[in-house]
Amino acid sequence: MDLSVHIGSLTLKNPLIAASGCFGYGVEYADLVDLSSLGGVAVKGLFLNEREGHPAPRIVETPAGMVNAIGLQGIGVRRFVEEKLPELRARRATVIVNVCGTTVDEYAEVSRILSDAEGVDAIELNISCPNIKEGGIQFGCSLAGTHDVVSAVRKVTRLPLIPKLTPNVTDVASFARASEDAGADAVSLVNTFLAMVLDVETRRPKISNGMGGLSGPAIRPIAVRMVYECRQTVKIPIIGMGGITDARDALEFMIAGATAVQVGTAHFVDPLIWGKLLDGIRSYMERHNITRLADIVGTVNDHAHS
Amino acid sequence: MPVDVAAEIISNRALSADYNVLGLSAPAIAAAARPGQFVMVKIGTTRDPLLRRPFSVFEILRSSDGTPSGITLLSKRIGPSTSLVYDARPGQIAACLGPLGRPFTVVDPPAEAWMVAGGVGLAPFAALAETLRARGVKTTLFYGARRGDELFYLDFFRGLGVDLVLTTEDGSAGERGRIVAPLDARLAGRTADLPVMIYACGPEGMLAATAKTAAKYSRPCQVSVERIMGCGMGGCYSCVVPMRGDDGKFHHVRSCMAGPVLAADQIRWD
Repeated sequence: MDLSVHIGSLTLKNPLIAASGCFGYGVEYADLVDLSSLGGVAVKGLFLNEREGHPAPRIVETPAGMVNAIGLQGIGVRRFVEEKLPELRARRATVIVNVCGTTVDEYAEVSRILSDAEGVDAIELNISCPNIKEGGIQFGCSLAGTHDVVSAVRKVTRLPLIPKLTPNVTDVASFARASEDAGADAVSLVNTFLAMVLDVETRRPKISNGMGGLSGPAIRPIAVRMVYECRQTVKIPIIGMGGITDARDALEFMIAGATAVQVGTAHFVDPLIWGKLLDGIRSYMERHNITRLADIVGTVNDHAHS
Repeated sequence: MPVDVAAEIISNRALSADYNVLGLSAPAIAAAARPGQFVMVKIGTTRDPLLRRPFSVFEILRSSDGTPSGITLLSKRIGPSTSLVYDARPGQIAACLGPLGRPFTVVDPPAEAWMVAGGVGLAPFAALAETLRARGVKTTLFYGARRGDELFYLDFFRGLGVDLVLTTEDGSAGERGRIVAPLDARLAGRTADLPVMIYACGPEGMLAATAKTAAKYSRPCQVSVERIMGCGMGGCYSCVVPMRGDDGKFHHVRSCMAGPVLAADQIRWD
């Protein structure tokens, strides 16, 4: 049974990736989860320098989901390379680094530093964080901005390049196409949906930043639809995410067109979810006589109910 | 190293219309847990509520031969998750990840231990009191609540030989007022050469006042903070507290990893 999938030049042993922003720098989970058993680990977004992020409270729970505004707290790319990357390598994790920037030059500089380091397997470009004032989503909400960031980073790295797209646009597929045109090896989607939760007693927002990003099972059908739309539009692989909580959800994304998937919120609920997802995928493959998991990617039967 | 177990609920004792003590069968967690550590718990597989909730380890349960067999959690019903905890029935299964976080640093005689609890902030102090008393540490519990019928487990602490100082906001038991007032008075009356370690857990305002009082008398103080947590493992960066770092500046630290027990004089109390 072959669970491996390909993202550009990168081979993942299975399609399951821990989603950026949900898994720290990976090392936090190393005693609980065999990092080498995952297809990949997408570490928390990194700028050139350290960032403190927003004050607590940073999350609030919502029906079948949660809204977060962490504000991309992080240790900066150099400390990551010095302090975290060696352990990730020792644990034989496939490392996908989420790269942030407030300018095109910063994206390129962070990516260059990571390209020179040993042990980075791919770069995910965060052009979609809804929770910071400068950078991030301002690039991801403009086709020209998306093109500029991707093509600038393309010039400085040969690592597989994966822009992470925001769903907070009218036509996400056009952003997938802009990424492909600019030289991306794949796209990942969706980041969180911009959202807001108020306390009606105090009339204040429940999190310090006011607005935040909605994740979890609540967003899954919208995310599946967006992956499906992108699959019709681009040829490069898609990494799908948004509310995956079991194997059936992961398979749904793959059938809709995702070559690999990321899991975030659900691993907060169950940090040992990875083995259960793999078991569920294997059992599906057995039931359907599938020997190569990649064969199910983008196989929606559009006439199932005609 | 934490473990994630499917823990059977073995008891659920209502203490009031809001408070309950939930007993979980969890030998591995009970054996490893140290006072001040916490567990991430979810009862059932609901999508709403979705996330686990952090709870301090309240008591360590032991079988007749003394082997750790389980833990209890002290909970106050304030929302959907704590309602599930309040209404839980023996035989149900709770997902329980732990023990997590940095525990209290436990003192030895001749130092005294003064535990300061506000409301459900009593949660880490049953286990701490047992450990302190086993070491022969003279221990006092300063315990404040809104009303006298919200002061729980008093006989438990008396049975361990813990001295009690009680306050209620309505004056229905102990002194009327906030718990920091008698703490301040006792610290004022204590000579500087008699060491005392202050342990505090409760509402943020009470913790800030306790920290300020401890600093006023130059006494060390460990606080167990409560933040909204997503994961309890350092993955989500939700539960941060501004703490003074080695560079003298304040940085956000994850209370699930650096805490929940933190040095009160290093926190910026906003």
